Amino acid sequence: MSARVGIVTFPGSLDDRDAARAVYLAGGEPVALWHDDAQIHGVDAVFLPGGFSYGDALRCGAIARFSQVMDTVKAAAAQGMPVLGVCNGFQVLCESHLLPGALVRNAHLRYRNRPARLRVETTRTAWTNAFAPEAEIVLPAKHGEGRYVADEATLDALEQSGRVVFRYLDNPNGSMRDIAGVANEAGNVVGLMPHPEHAVEALTGPSTDGLGVVASVLAHLSEGARR
Amino acid sequence: MARVVVDVMLKSEILDPQGEAVLGALPRLGVTDVASVRIGKRVEIEFGENAQNVEEQSRVIADQLLANPVIESFTVAVERGSNEGA
Repeated sequence: MSARVGIVTFPGSLDDRDAARAVYLAGGEPVALWHDDAQIHGVDAVFLPGGFSYGDALRCGAIARFSQVMDTVKAAAAQGMPVLGVCNGFQVLCESHLLPGALVRNAHLRYRNRPARLRVETTRTAWTNAFAPEAEIVLPAKHGEGRYVADEATLDALEQSGRVVFRYLDNPNGSMRDIAGVANEAGNVVGLMPHPEHAVEALTGPSTDGLGVVASVLAHLSEGARR
Repeated sequence: MARVVVDVMLKSEILDPQGEAVLGALPRLGVTDVASVRIGKRVEIEFGENAQNVEEQSRVIADQLLANPVIESFTVAVERGSNEGA
């Protein structure tokens, strides 16, 4: 039986259908979840997609944090359920304090929409274990508020504990230490700005590297099932 | 009716590109002696007639929602003439 990956739709989510397709193409079963429903319907992992949840009113991800579904996602993440946040989903995870740091306006104030070259800095997470160590990959980035910031002590702690998951090779937004994605301590919660779900088919993406992210969580879950 | 003003500012160590952009535009107005511009948000909150603990509630609102403590700081001011504590 294939793993069930829940994809949350908030008002203003844009990439939920691409996320579902990525899960399907990688061999998982996508399950639609709704922001206003506290039930996550027995899924094995959760994908928070990109977009502009609640119109990004106040700050990106600030309102989504208080949605019904996020209470359940937070509790499940604490129990070890894999959770991925992409772009707006990453912002939601930071606002929910599931990941450290914050995402603020790009340093150059422009919306940036182009493929981003990244290095996978750790394969010891639920969402990157299928990549080769230090693999260089290409995923589309499209955001106006993607500059990762945190205080120096937090950044040092992230580096030392191997929780910087993705790093830009050509920093598109001024992120501190070129950070594109980070993980929580346990490695089950990962957030990144560039979009794995847009890089799953040669016809539409700059690569198919995004499949590795979903393949990782499927491998992680099947390993858990064997244990 | 109690009225509270919450000011939210990016912390000083966080780059404020909007402020930088405004600073960069000032010479076009003929203003050349400004050292720094920082842009924040002002939030005006009006409580209902019988609201209690207005300042305390405003701090909760500011801390949990209006400001992200990772990047922003805030101040809470209960406006003069409002019935805080009444």
